[in-house]
Amino acid sequence: MSTRLASGGRLIDRKTTQKFTFNGTWLSGFSGDTLASALLANDQMLVGRSFKYHRPRGILASGPEEPNALVNLGRDDRLEPNQRTTTTPLFDGLQATSQNHWPSLEFDIGVVNNYAARFLPAGFYYKTFIHPRAAWKHLFEPVIRKSAGLGRAPKDRDADRYEQAYAFCDVLVVGGGIAGLQAALSAGRRGDRVILLEQAAHWGGRAPVDGDAVGGMAAGDWLTAALEELHALPNVTLRAACTATGVYDHGYVLAAESLADATPGDGRPRQRLWRIRAGRIVTATGAIERPLSFAGNDIPGVMLAAAMRDYVVNHAVSPGDRTVIVTNNDDAYRTALVLRDAGLAVPVILDARPAPAGPLVEAARARGIRIEAGRAIAKVQGGKRVTGVQICLQAGEGAVLEEISCDAVAMSGGWSPVVHLWSHCGGKLNWDDRLSAFLPDPARPPLNHDGRAMVTPAGAAAGIFEPDAILTSGEVAGADPDSLGEVQDELLARQSVVVPPVWVMPQGARADLRAKMWLDFQNDVKVSDVQLAAREGYESVEHTKRYTTLGMATDQGKLSNINGLAVLAQALGEDIPQVGTTTFRPPYTPVTLGTLAGEARGEIFQPLRRTPVHGWHESHGAYFEPVGLWRRPYCYPRSGESHADAVKREVLNTRAGLGLLDASTLGKIIVKGPDAGRFLDMLYTNMMSTLPVGKCRYGLMCNEQGFLSDDGVVARLDEDTWLCHTTSGGADRIHGWMEDWLQCEWWDWKVYTANLTEHYAQIAVVGPKARALLEKLGGMDVSKEALPFMAWSEGSLAGIPARAFRISFSGELSYEIAVPASQGLAFWEACLAAGAEFGISPYGTEALHVMRAEKGFIMIGDETDGTVTPLDLGLAWAVSKKKADFLGKRGMERNHLSSPDRWQLVGFETLDGSVIPDGAYILAEGSNDNGQRNVQGRVTSTYYSPTLKHGIAMGLLHHGPSRMGEVVEFNKTDGGTVKARVADPVFYDKTGEKQNV
Amino acid sequence: MKRYSVFAIAREALRHHSGWDRAWASPEPRASYDVVIVGAGGHGLATAYYLGKNFGITNVAVIEKGWLGGGNTGRNTTIIRSNYLQDPSAAIYEKARSLYETLSQDLNYNVMFSPRGVMMLAQTHHEVRGYLRTAHANALQGVATEFITPQRVKELCPIMNIDGPRYPVLGALWQPRGGTARHDAVAWGYARACSAMGMHIIQQCEVKGVRSEGGAVTGVETTKGFIGCNKLGIVVAGHSGQVADMAGFRLPVEAVALQALVSEPIKPCMDVVVMANTVHGYMSQSDKGEMVIGGGTDGFNNFTQRGSFHHIEETLRALVETFPMLSRLKMLRQWGGIVDMTGDRSPIISKTPLGNCFINCGWGTGGFKAIPGSGWAMAELMAKGEPGPLARDFNLWRFREGQFIDESVAAGVAH
Ligand SMILES: Cc1cc2nc3c(=O)[nH]c(=O)nc-3n(C[C@H](O)[C@H](O)[C@H](O)COP(=O)(O)OP(=O)(O)OC[C@H]3O[C@@H](n4cnc5c(N)ncnc54)[C@H](O)[C@@H]3O)c2cc1C
Repeated sequence: MSTRLASGGRLIDRKTTQKFTFNGTWLSGFSGDTLASALLANDQMLVGRSFKYHRPRGILASGPEEPNALVNLGRDDRLEPNQRTTTTPLFDGLQATSQNHWPSLEFDIGVVNNYAARFLPAGFYYKTFIHPRAAWKHLFEPVIRKSAGLGRAPKDRDADRYEQAYAFCDVLVVGGGIAGLQAALSAGRRGDRVILLEQAAHWGGRAPVDGDAVGGMAAGDWLTAALEELHALPNVTLRAACTATGVYDHGYVLAAESLADATPGDGRPRQRLWRIRAGRIVTATGAIERPLSFAGNDIPGVMLAAAMRDYVVNHAVSPGDRTVIVTNNDDAYRTALVLRDAGLAVPVILDARPAPAGPLVEAARARGIRIEAGRAIAKVQGGKRVTGVQICLQAGEGAVLEEISCDAVAMSGGWSPVVHLWSHCGGKLNWDDRLSAFLPDPARPPLNHDGRAMVTPAGAAAGIFEPDAILTSGEVAGADPDSLGEVQDELLARQSVVVPPVWVMPQGARADLRAKMWLDFQNDVKVSDVQLAAREGYESVEHTKRYTTLGMATDQGKLSNINGLAVLAQALGEDIPQVGTTTFRPPYTPVTLGTLAGEARGEIFQPLRRTPVHGWHESHGAYFEPVGLWRRPYCYPRSGESHADAVKREVLNTRAGLGLLDASTLGKIIVKGPDAGRFLDMLYTNMMSTLPVGKCRYGLMCNEQGFLSDDGVVARLDEDTWLCHTTSGGADRIHGWMEDWLQCEWWDWKVYTANLTEHYAQIAVVGPKARALLEKLGGMDVSKEALPFMAWSEGSLAGIPARAFRISFSGELSYEIAVPASQGLAFWEACLAAGAEFGISPYGTEALHVMRAEKGFIMIGDETDGTVTPLDLGLAWAVSKKKADFLGKRGMERNHLSSPDRWQLVGFETLDGSVIPDGAYILAEGSNDNGQRNVQGRVTSTYYSPTLKHGIAMGLLHHGPSRMGEVVEFNKTDGGTVKARVADPVFYDKTGEKQNV
Repeated sequence: MKRYSVFAIAREALRHHSGWDRAWASPEPRASYDVVIVGAGGHGLATAYYLGKNFGITNVAVIEKGWLGGGNTGRNTTIIRSNYLQDPSAAIYEKARSLYETLSQDLNYNVMFSPRGVMMLAQTHHEVRGYLRTAHANALQGVATEFITPQRVKELCPIMNIDGPRYPVLGALWQPRGGTARHDAVAWGYARACSAMGMHIIQQCEVKGVRSEGGAVTGVETTKGFIGCNKLGIVVAGHSGQVADMAGFRLPVEAVALQALVSEPIKPCMDVVVMANTVHGYMSQSDKGEMVIGGGTDGFNNFTQRGSFHHIEETLRALVETFPMLSRLKMLRQWGGIVDMTGDRSPIISKTPLGNCFINCGWGTGGFKAIPGSGWAMAELMAKGEPGPLARDFNLWRFREGQFIDESVAAGVAH
């Protein structure tokens, strides 16, 4: 059984007990435990079920590489599925449940998949479930989905919040083992700004557990001294419990820091995302131990040798009473020694090598531990827990020589340097035959903006495993990265560590054994699956990975990739480097989506742009619609009033008396300079250079293709200054468009642009009483003579400095008044107060739309959709024929755009007075070669007109303007049609009397 | 070719699956072929398949510089729908969608087409009008779609927050027979079927040049030597510009990175595909249980198959806001693909200025769904030398004439 040892445990505090539940049962552990160590201390070896076969699984590792021991952590609005117990710090009140079983962990129906495993090899689903056709969606797929999937899906909104922060440094060191600490020391001592990150909550990595001397001291002492010095350096920042998850171009690194994971509800953000811009990066990310592939290597109780050592030394937990060690390298002997020191039995060390030797081997021998060379595990016995192993020759096919009873197996297949961060941005790898591992190739690093190496590896991450060599590599990586390549070659050549390739155990294992050797534990990919993939022609690593799902589980192949690759290479008769690795992609370990999304939630999910009057709208019950990042009042419903009724009232009130519109969102771009006129003549389809100072002109802009992209009124402020109004949604786009041309094409033109949209509040005073209101506010002559239609003037109104533009988008007498943003609300309120006697009432965007449609004015985004030209809309008058060039001119001249056969703008009146449905098409006879019904036009704007009391519409119709009076048919989605008569699009006040008073 | 079935699996299980054939052969190239297709992505393989199936042309090689299906075909988020706005688009995507319905049976390879339904959310009034327009167009195009209410949206996708404070859901365009398929299986299934017809799929073979004589193509220079052909089809997605350059013409195509990501797998919680264009993100749940998530393209051109992080972040913001339960899930993998974007966001299936040389490209962010239809149309074009009704409008000359098939009208990004 697994249990807590009576003494020891570097990281636990036996004085602080912490209670937690697993599947509803209360258990206890100590502060400093991980959930995994606490479960082991309570003899909870069985912790989960595998993905495909629902096999019973235990804890395999002690870090982020853990594939098996995942739980649903927390509940309700704090439920987190697939949480790795090995990296979850224990806290009082923690609640965990195991995953992927029904009805219980101990008894799981899904395990039938295990018994049927031979019928469910890799890719079986591609070969079956083909007939009958409907069964896939309705029967097979739902069953497959239900049985896969691992953790429970949260239902609730997350109770926690997340924050994001930026950091900058000269050197970012990733990994707080001795290599990283040394690198941080050497860079820090030189005065570089250093950030040092460690994914675990404690510093030192493997060294304190492995027990070798470091720099002539005990590892613990070295660690204390190093940390002391680093803490004292003001230019060095240390962050534990912070994982660097991805390296992006130009030294951009993301790191996820755990803040309140172990103290839920303490008010702090749960996690923090660091976006670090680093001059360069040192990856001192260590190495991950590899499992060995023998039959039954997934049975609970089989553990990585170093992980077992971690649990004994760090947490004083023994995973078993009798542990068989199986290895192809010296390192696992440490585990044997540690177990012996803790008073636990090690019946045998099975070493696949024919003649193991060296100090660790000798030490084990000296302690009287039985060592069997050239031996392997033929098969692990047991179901939910190891009960013994069968021993065979490594060189054979698995004939059993001996059975040994035991309750745990510690395995080591060598080490894989963590090269993920090195590889994210293109760092290349070399295969090292002595270590049987891929190492970063210092000659082919990822490059920074200056062409120099962006990442340098140090320590075990570079394949260097002996403490003093690690310190040297850390020292050089921190201070002198350019010479690192040479130093590393030398260190590698000097070290005595050798890991012979042992990819399958035993070497000639029979098919039945190979079908029980797990490569990818979580996804249930076995040696036989990879061999099957190779046999079926899925020869590239990527094909094999996808066909078998090898390496695609939540541990991202940290344990399985190299083993799988080696099996594939063997099956293909190729070398491992020839087969190559799959691509390493961020994140290094999975990152919480909430952390990546950060604080952007709810109201502040995106930046919210508010006009100066926004607060007033809110407090007066406006119903808003999003317009870009703005929110604009759609209408102002009174209590009990529907939106449609509110719109109707607002239209009628404005037409009959006085309405007020917050038009502050309109784009306002200043274009200034000696070449401003010439520039605007290129930008707009009509002439702007000839606009007299003091006047306004409606202008159109096209893209290069000749399609209409924006419109608005331009006012000339002085000799070389124009103010260009754009659509609300278009301001930023048009400003960018202007700058694009000025910076990339016409860079020598003397023009300056500034987007002043937010500097002014712009309020439209609209209706027959508009002039009366402004006169009452006083301060400016707004008479017909002083301020005629399409003119503007400057002065003050109600004591507020103002610019009044005499323009109209409603067909009424109308002024748009721009005042400084800071006085926008005051002006709005002044208008309302003074306008009470005229029956003033604010109106929203929908009333605006209805009124402009009644007048036949086009709306960008309704009449246009990126395929419509000014000519299609009857706006030929606004397209200059004189100008030699403007944006879109040549585009418009192309065959298809200049063809007389285009759909053109007209109005429509339904015969029955109803409103044509939004988006309807106008039917034509017959259908095309693809069997689609022919059409001859479509509706672009359609409204109920409160003024005219029937439906009105604008739309595009083939040869439209020449078909006035004709009746056409619009389709409805229910199959019916609506008949309408082609009409002039100006439905209201055709002569323009009302706006021109 | 041994047929795949439950019985075949049972038979093989008894002998430890030692009797399965290769899914496709790995031959050395012959000196020449009737037809050479460059690019063993879904579109290239489907073109070859329908050349054989519909026109009996089987002396065909598909040449691939990497591994088949390793381009965007193996990197996409597998959304299949045909609720496009413009007639030519709706025609070819609906053709493709309907071929997907029976593709598993046709290829004897389970491509896991799952018509679980695709909804495109309307979160502004403008978007509502846009989707109403598409619904009206679809009704006349023979594409079954429907504009549904927010309540129905919630019923179909209970994990969605339909009344967020910023962009409440106002409705959605719903295509019940849209869905997803297993991307690798589509490439592999076509490859296996092509190989069974005797076609050659030549992997690890990069086309480096195009040879021609008297204005017509004669073959391609490759890393495995010269391979002659009577007709050449260029079907290389993100690399179209480069290969067209070898053939001596330029394309109105830009290459940009598009990214996607998946979460760790969880038990089934979402039975439909949701696309949200205003906030910009889309999501579905794979059969493995991963939430499959995608967003927008980078604003700059490049050929590295990784994108910038800020797009991932924007996408996740959008989705965590739309699906609050996502917040505590974890991102497992992110990746990118290089997509080939045309000016009107519609593909090119066309003859080219070089005789007997044809091109199929420009599928951009949304060509997985088109694979069977595109292959069908391209095969017709290559076999007959002239486009059929499905391909006709997608010719290369439309850019010169201004006869766009503009789909950006309907959505910023069309996945
Ligand atoms: C992140 C992402 C998400 C997407 N999501 C969706 C979605 O949800 N739905 C959807 O419908 N579409 C989606 N797409 C788009 C879709 O993936 C593509 O449109 C489609 O797969 C393109 O297929 P293809 O066969 O044309 O190209 P590819 O699959 O890229 O194949 C082209 C092949 O040509 C090869 N090649 C290139 N140059 C040469 C040469 N010189 N010699 C030989 N071979 C060469 C390449 O190696 C490659 O294998 C997405 C794309 C991406 C990147």
